[in-house]
Amino acid sequence: MNINLTLIGQSISFLFFVWFSYKFVWGYIRTAMDEREKQIADGLDAADRAGRDLELAQEKATKQLREAKAEAATIIDAANKRASQIVEEAKDVARTEGERLKAAAEAQIEQDVNRAKEQLRSQVAKLALVGAEKVLEASIDESVHKDMVDKLAASL
Amino acid sequence: MAGESQSTVGYIQHHLTNLTYGKLPAGYERLDESGHVHEVLSQDTWTLAHSSVEAAAMGFMAIHVDSMLWSIGLGFLFLVIFARIAKRAHSGVPRGAQNLLEMIVGFIDQTVKDGFHHKNAMIAPMALTIFTWILLMNTMDLVPVDWIPAFMAWVTGNPHFFFKVVPTTDPNVTLGMGFTVFGLMVYFTIAKKGFMGFVKELTLHPFHSPKWYVNILLVPINFALEAISWISKPISLGLRLFGNMYAGEMIFILIATMFGAGLVLGIFAGVLQWAWAVFHILVITLQAFVFMVLTIVYMATAHQVEEEDQFH
Repeated sequence: MNINLTLIGQSISFLFFVWFSYKFVWGYIRTAMDEREKQIADGLDAADRAGRDLELAQEKATKQLREAKAEAATIIDAANKRASQIVEEAKDVARTEGERLKAAAEAQIEQDVNRAKEQLRSQVAKLALVGAEKVLEASIDESVHKDMVDKLAASL
Repeated sequence: MAGESQSTVGYIQHHLTNLTYGKLPAGYERLDESGHVHEVLSQDTWTLAHSSVEAAAMGFMAIHVDSMLWSIGLGFLFLVIFARIAKRAHSGVPRGAQNLLEMIVGFIDQTVKDGFHHKNAMIAPMALTIFTWILLMNTMDLVPVDWIPAFMAWVTGNPHFFFKVVPTTDPNVTLGMGFTVFGLMVYFTIAKKGFMGFVKELTLHPFHSPKWYVNILLVPINFALEAISWISKPISLGLRLFGNMYAGEMIFILIATMFGAGLVLGIFAGVLQWAWAVFHILVITLQAFVFMVLTIVYMATAHQVEEEDQFH
């Protein structure tokens, strides 16, 4: 229990150990710990950011999907409209063409009928004349009865 | 275990005496065990003390070999291990020893940050050294009191070989650390506030008057109060640790004296020793922590500059 040089020895070793731990322990271990703390903080930050990014991307994707759907619907609508329009147009064209063809055919028929009638008329007149000539060869004078025969032919 | 030739008092005294190496003055009469003069020194002699009386006669020029051996040995032990771990420390996933060291360092760092708000890179390593070192020295108290002394007696072949294994039961060790902390306090106070700042702190505080002639009268009172408050810090620091550890060691020794007193008392002593050791774990840790925290607080006071303003 005597106070002696041990006191000074202990003081010196204490100071030396403080210096030693400052120089060879504290710095290294603190550096490693600070570095890890920073890495963890960075990692958490990155995770946060990634989460936010993911949310944004999802939102964007949903929006694009919605837009695409709307666009597709418009396109289908337009196509439907256009198709019915084309059908209508085609119907119209067909109808007019049909009417035109019908009219032309009717005109042709009428013309043909008229021509046939003319021919027939002239033929009939001729035939009648020939027949009458044959029947009446002797009795009929062409010059006298021509008017009558013509009237007959015209009435056919 | 107490030898048959030793009385209980002798046993306790033997356990409380350090292995002392020092200078015996010329003309000192060395006694042998039976109390006869065995040798008269013709000149100043550096030697190992053979009894506590001789150790006391050596005065200040002596050193406790066992205290120094254990304190420096334990200090080197933990610092070399720590330095090895720290050198290999990496910022990846920490494993094993690095984990342990990081736990201690993190705990110390937090304590320092809570109590010390100034810029000084030395304070945290100092707190680490104080805590770990004192903790280790205190832990030597848990080694059964006779193991190491008996081993040393066997090694040296001298049954009366003094060997104390707990450095913190030596007031030299605890006061040595206390006064070193005191020295650092004075150093940092002067470094931060200048020598005049230090003088002002000692003389113009706590009583202060705006009138200079009153102040002159107050200076001696202030100085007396401040000097007591300053000097009490290292002494209380050292003696608190010493007292706690010495008392704990004393109880271990007292319990150990019962081992020689029959089977029933021996078993009772074993149970008591175990119980006291368990309780002592708390004391060991607490005293190391208290020493560290008080050092941090004292260092923080030494760095505090703002308070100085009121003295102008």
